[in-house]
Amino acid sequence: MAWLLALLQTLLFIASAPLLAGWLKKVKCRLQNRRAPSLFQPYRDLRKLWRKEPIVAHPASWIFKAAPYIVLSTTVLAASIVPLIAVNLPTAKIADVVVLIGFFALGRFFLALAGMDIGTAFGGMGSSREMTVSALAEPAMLMAVFTLAMSASTTNLSVAMNYVLHTGLVLRPSFVFAMLGMMLVAVAETGRIPVDNPTTHLELTMIHEAMILEYSGRYLGMIEWASQIKLMLYGVLIVNIFFPWGIAQNFSPEALGFGALALTLKLAALTVVLGLSEVLFAKMRIFRVQEFLSFAYLLSLLGMLSHIILEVRH
Amino acid sequence: MALFFAYLSVVAALASGLAALAVDKSPGLGRFAHWLLRRWPKLQVRAAGVFSEAHYAEFHRNSLFVLLGISGVSAVLAGGGALFGGAVTTDTLPLGLPWLNWHIRFDALSGFFYLLIGLVLIAVSLYGPGYVREFEHGRHPLSVLGLFTGLFVAGMELVLLADDTFFFVIAWELMSVSSYFLVAFQHEHASNRRAAFLYLLMAVIGAMAIILAFGVLAGFSGGLTFDHFRTVKLTPVWASVAFVLALFGFGMKAGLVPLHAWLPEAHPVAPSHISALMSGVMLKVAVYGFIRFTFDLLDQVLWQWGGLVLVIGAASTLLGVLYAMMQHDIKRLLAYHSVENIGIIFIGLGLSLIYISEGQQQLGALALVAALLHSLNHALFKSLLFLGAGTIIHQTHEQNIEHLGGLIHRMPKLAVVFLIGTLSIAALPPFNGFVSEWLTFQAALQASGIGGGVLRSMVPTSASVLALAGALTATCFVKLYGVVFLGLPRTRRAATCHESVHRGMLAGPAWLAGLCVLLGVFPTPMIESLNVVTGQLLGVTLPGASALGWLWLTPVAPEVASYSASLVLVGILLTGWVCYQLLYRRGGLEARRADPWDCGFGGLNARMQYTATAFSMPIRRIFEPVFDVEETIEEKKSGPGNFQNTGLHYQLRVSDLAWPYLYAPVARVVTWLSRWVSRIQTGNIRTYIAYSFFTLLILLWGIS
Repeated sequence: MAWLLALLQTLLFIASAPLLAGWLKKVKCRLQNRRAPSLFQPYRDLRKLWRKEPIVAHPASWIFKAAPYIVLSTTVLAASIVPLIAVNLPTAKIADVVVLIGFFALGRFFLALAGMDIGTAFGGMGSSREMTVSALAEPAMLMAVFTLAMSASTTNLSVAMNYVLHTGLVLRPSFVFAMLGMMLVAVAETGRIPVDNPTTHLELTMIHEAMILEYSGRYLGMIEWASQIKLMLYGVLIVNIFFPWGIAQNFSPEALGFGALALTLKLAALTVVLGLSEVLFAKMRIFRVQEFLSFAYLLSLLGMLSHIILEVRH
Repeated sequence: MALFFAYLSVVAALASGLAALAVDKSPGLGRFAHWLLRRWPKLQVRAAGVFSEAHYAEFHRNSLFVLLGISGVSAVLAGGGALFGGAVTTDTLPLGLPWLNWHIRFDALSGFFYLLIGLVLIAVSLYGPGYVREFEHGRHPLSVLGLFTGLFVAGMELVLLADDTFFFVIAWELMSVSSYFLVAFQHEHASNRRAAFLYLLMAVIGAMAIILAFGVLAGFSGGLTFDHFRTVKLTPVWASVAFVLALFGFGMKAGLVPLHAWLPEAHPVAPSHISALMSGVMLKVAVYGFIRFTFDLLDQVLWQWGGLVLVIGAASTLLGVLYAMMQHDIKRLLAYHSVENIGIIFIGLGLSLIYISEGQQQLGALALVAALLHSLNHALFKSLLFLGAGTIIHQTHEQNIEHLGGLIHRMPKLAVVFLIGTLSIAALPPFNGFVSEWLTFQAALQASGIGGGVLRSMVPTSASVLALAGALTATCFVKLYGVVFLGLPRTRRAATCHESVHRGMLAGPAWLAGLCVLLGVFPTPMIESLNVVTGQLLGVTLPGASALGWLWLTPVAPEVASYSASLVLVGILLTGWVCYQLLYRRGGLEARRADPWDCGFGGLNARMQYTATAFSMPIRRIFEPVFDVEETIEEKKSGPGNFQNTGLHYQLRVSDLAWPYLYAPVARVVTWLSRWVSRIQTGNIRTYIAYSFFTLLILLWGIS
């Protein structure tokens, strides 16, 4: 029963990820005084891509073809271990939050290899930049996660959320810093403005898009879907770790329904924040990204230090 | 029984070394076999065939590596016996000094490192016959290579067996000196001779520190056997002196920053299967020495030691990977990654020392298990990568990765095996490197229980250094794999090479790749068996490691952290398969091949690809202070008023800061001191006679 519920939750997760992308688009268009496409446009785009004939460049090896499958399956697996509308599901035990970061790293590793596979300058440039940005983001992310893990003395996401639920609404300076750090990391890792611009195709400024420039058809569809899931994953991590209230603690239909409603509202609000920041800031030069990410690391480090100094009982 | 196999392993390695001396003795051996088999004419004919000129070379080469293989298999059996049996066996050999025979002790810790040597040795013995063939007709005799390989392996195994100082130092020097001859094997290049000399120098200095460290213990205990050392009580000051000397000596051999600079010089110049043994195994023997000295022989642990080891480990991790990023020689790059991985192992050891000094034996055991497991994992994947690099160099005769490219089309099997190695070293789930790094993270996360605030914040910070290094390793191996195996071939040699003909050259790395996957997917049995080691060293085990069954890894407790690599692998495969079925098998269109996007200009060629230098440029720029960068651009101009650019020459040299800031000053001081001392050496015979006369006079005065 619990395993079935976990499977359903994962399916719900990956099915609703394009909807979140549509909502983000809506928010941004609204803020920029443009007419927004329908909320369901991302689904139509994905369907179109899956039906099209994919084109593969001549020098491509099997890695180029395998990478989208690996990226999508690691992302889906990552989605399956993050509690979405209910905690205490059995899948959370398979992997903890450190492994979750490992999943992202595995997907990124193959995508970067695929970028190098064709042997063009764009692919290599994209791979190099993507790996550099993620290498700088990783310590900030882990530091933020460690702050949580040390407070809850666990790295299991479900147990950690339970811990935050049961301690009640207390203002913890460490959590505030960790959340800010994690939000900055999320912006970098999901390739949003100001680190990267997912809508640009100007060759010299793109990071993620340069790496996947050669993909088309269903391969591109898989990568797009995976990055939508990844965006939602970071959103869910932030709202469910730092504001877990409303999440279902038992598996009764009312609790689950309430959990889904609460999550939708929280995510919608977070997306508005992201949309605002995307509209207000301009994209940074690539060598400014390190400063952005060191700031994120600094915030996470402050979170860790304030946990150690202020919150641990001696 | 375990001890028998341990001896057998040493004897087989020595036999392999001695057999190498018979490289061109085929007529003599043929006559001997003829005489020996005079009763059996049929066998005589066989023997005559084997010792004929045509077959002898191959027979000889194979027999060397068969003996090494026997040594490897018996080392695995010995190690397995000691690890799973859990017995401690001791013995004395009637060799050595008259009043101090060689003491032998074979416990779970020695057994674990025996297992590590054996697993790599099996791969090397599969790989060797194909690889050394090219040395046979070269200017270097195979006998030298074979002899010193045998001695080297035997030396490493004897270090693990030693239970008294005298024997330990002899075995240690046997290991160091025989590996010097292996580093100097291709001595026609001046740079190789220089690397070998540096290696020998560092080995001697390290050994001096180790002997002094043992000397402190011997001085207080009044004996030279390790049993004496285990019972002696030291003051904290003397214990710290011994600890620092041991850290210096073993750390120098292991390649810790800032003493690491010899390692990337020496390891790459040896033949590749020797590089695999040196990087994969010999560094672990140094780690063994450190663990034996600190955890077993010293009677106390201070938290300052743990802090020192943690800082040095974190520095090695970060600087190792950053310098590796800048290398273009495939073997130098791998050698710098050894510095990084040794750093990860020492982070684990530092955590363990900190926890033990705080009285938390359980967490100390967890960190020690993480360090030991990473030693094994590093031995497996680093040897795999060195053997793979050896095959690439053997097939293309290119060591510079900027001259390679597209090898995945030319060597598809090697590409898969090498990919497993890169995934393992980049610490990606579900491979083995991830498991040990995950355990190190778990150990670091238990820092809430530590007393001091500084130490408590240092531990998670070192974990974030580990995270940064892990991500940079992934970047570095995307660069290596992407430039070597993917893209278009950059030179003709890379375009025309092919898979190695000799099957063993693929089988050796493939064996290690299989072990990497196996240990990554089912780590729990190995960690269970490491409980025997921590049980013997610290008296505690990790009871909860398999609380949920053998599929799950729960190092502390199930609710604190759990990881099931096998379910992760099943999940990835299942999801990938479902996507494949839904999107491709059910009416998905076949992919069409076309030219890559060239911005509409056309004519993409291999020189337009991203290079390794370009790939690592952002990292070089971001971490600029840790590199010694020399960048020059020369413009050639011509025409009236020099308005026309006819050529551009760009040169980039990135080197290690340890040279200008540590090695060069020390060398200057040594040179200055020797100059100063040499002033008394005038070369004049009368002066020397005067010296002797005055010395005698002073001595006589002293006696009377």
